[in-house]
Amino acid sequence: MSVTESAHTEAFVDPETVTRAEVCVVACADAFRDNGEILASAFGTIPAIGVRLARHTFSPDLMLTDGEAYLVRGTWAVGEPADGDIEGWSPFRTIFDLVWCGKRHVMMIPTQVDPYGSTNISAIGAYDKPKVQLLGVRGAPGNSVYHPTSYWGPKHSTRVFVPTVDMVSGVGNDRAAAAGPGASRHHDLRKIVTDLAVFDYHPDTGALRLASVHPGITVEQVQAATGFDLVIDGSIPDTRLPTAAELELIRGTLDPKSLRNSEVAG
Amino acid sequence: MADKRMTDTEVVSRLRSGMTIGIGGWGSRRKPMSLVRAILRSDLKDLTIVSYGGPDVGLLCAAGKVRKVVFGFVSLDSIALDPHFRAARQSGSVEVAEYDEGMLQWGMYAAGIRVPFLPTRAGLGSDVMTYNPELKIVKDPYGGDDTVAMPAISLDAALVHMNRADMYGNAQFLGPDPYFDDIFCMAAEQAFVSCEQIVPTAELTAQSHPATLRINRLLITGVVEAPGGAHFTSCVPDYERDEQFQREYVKAAADPQTWQDFADRYLAGTEADYQAAVAARRQEVLA
Repeated sequence: MSVTESAHTEAFVDPETVTRAEVCVVACADAFRDNGEILASAFGTIPAIGVRLARHTFSPDLMLTDGEAYLVRGTWAVGEPADGDIEGWSPFRTIFDLVWCGKRHVMMIPTQVDPYGSTNISAIGAYDKPKVQLLGVRGAPGNSVYHPTSYWGPKHSTRVFVPTVDMVSGVGNDRAAAAGPGASRHHDLRKIVTDLAVFDYHPDTGALRLASVHPGITVEQVQAATGFDLVIDGSIPDTRLPTAAELELIRGTLDPKSLRNSEVAG
Repeated sequence: MADKRMTDTEVVSRLRSGMTIGIGGWGSRRKPMSLVRAILRSDLKDLTIVSYGGPDVGLLCAAGKVRKVVFGFVSLDSIALDPHFRAARQSGSVEVAEYDEGMLQWGMYAAGIRVPFLPTRAGLGSDVMTYNPELKIVKDPYGGDDTVAMPAISLDAALVHMNRADMYGNAQFLGPDPYFDDIFCMAAEQAFVSCEQIVPTAELTAQSHPATLRINRLLITGVVEAPGGAHFTSCVPDYERDEQFQREYVKAAADPQTWQDFADRYLAGTEADYQAAVAARRQEVLA
C-alpha cells in the first residue's frame, strides 16, 4: 500500500457508522478549540469525553481535573479513575479562585435556557414553593460573569429551551448587558451543544443563534424542539463529523464502554 | 493547654434553638454526620443552616430542625439531589438564602476576617439578586466596576469533621480537599471539630506535611473523637462514601412509613447505636 492510499484510508469516515453521540463529542471538543492554557471543566459524559479529545488533539494546553482535587495531564477513559501525571492541586477553593481569575471555560447542563442564554439549575415554578427543587445555583452566577461559559443539553426540547427561565442562575447576554460592566466585562457565553444542534450567539443582539444541525437533523426539527423562535442567519451547515483519528480515540481510548450512547442515543 | 475533648452530647448542649450553624464538608463528602445525628436527637429547632449542602441538610430538614437554609446547592454527589431538602422546599416549609457557591465562601470569609462585606461580580445579573433583595450593589470608590457587597455570614457555631486532631483542637485533613472547613471555623463564635481519631500532636506530622493541619486550636472550642463520624458521606482516605447506604437513605425518603422505619432503625439511639446498626446492616448485606 502506498503512502497516499494509506493516508486516504486513514482519513475516510463512513457517515453511516458515526453515532449522534460521537458528533456531539466533537462538537463539545470544538467549543474548547483555541482556548489556550485554561482549566476546562465539563459536566456530563459527552462533554467530559469532548474536553479530553480536545486536549489530546488540537488543544494540548488545556488543564483538566480528575473530578476530585488534582489537575492531571494524560488521556484516560470516561468513568474511570484519572491516569496521568498530577500537575497541580485544585481543591474547591482553588477552583473558586480560578473561576474569578477567569482562567477557566465551563460547560454546564442547564435545566432551562432562554433566548439570550440565561439558564436555570435552581428551581422550577414559584421560588418560595417550587414545583421542582433542582440542585441550586451552584457556581452558575459567578461562572457566567467571570469566564467563558458553554452549555450542554443532552435532551433538546421545548421544556429546556423556554421563553423565560424560572430562576436565572447562569446570566444571559441581555441580563449581563442590563446589569452593567460589573457583570458584562468578563461575561463570555460561547456555545450550546445539544443532541440536535450547535448554537452560538448573534454578535449584535446576543440572541441564541443556530450554528449547525447534526447530520440527519433538520432545522425544522430543531425549531420544533425549541420553545421560542430561533435566530437563523443564512443557511445552516451540518455539524462536522469526527475524523477517523478522533473516532478511534473516542471508541478505543476515551469511551471504550460506550457510555456516550446512554447520554445520547441514535 | 486546654484539653478540649468532649462528647457529641456536650457539643449539642452548647447550641441553642434559633442559632445559625455552619456545617463543613461538601455535598456528601466529609460531613460531621455524628454531630448532625446528635442534633437530630436533641430538642433544638428553628436553626439556620449554612452549608455546601448534602445529607446534613436533608436529615435536619426531615427532622423539622430547620427554619432556613443558606446554600449554593444541596447534592449527594453520586445522587444529584437530596430527597428531604427537595421535599422541604417543595412544601414551602423552609426559608432559603441561595447564593452562588463563591458568594457563600466570601460571606463566611468576610465574617472570619471581620469586615462587613466583600465585593464580587458573582450574583450580578442573576436572580440571586432578585431572591436576596437585601443584597446591595456598591460603587468602586476607585472608579472601577460596580460589584455585589456580599455581606458577612456570621455563624453562632460551626461543625466540621476532619480525619485527625489532637485533644487541643489542631485538626488535619488527609484526603485531597480541605473544603472550606477552616473558613467555617473562622466565621463562627464557637467551632466544634469531630474527627476519626484523636492522636498525640507529634503524630499529626509524623507521616504528613504540616500544610494538612488546616485547622488550628485557636479556632476550636471542642474536639469529639467520632470514628465513622462522617458516615455515610466520604472521609477519604479513612473510608469512601457508603453508596449502598446512601441509596437506602434516598429510597427510604420516598414514603413516610419507610422513612419512619429508617429513622427507627438508625437514628433513634446514640451514635454508638447508629454505628452498631450500620455494622449489622453490613453483615446482612454480606450474608
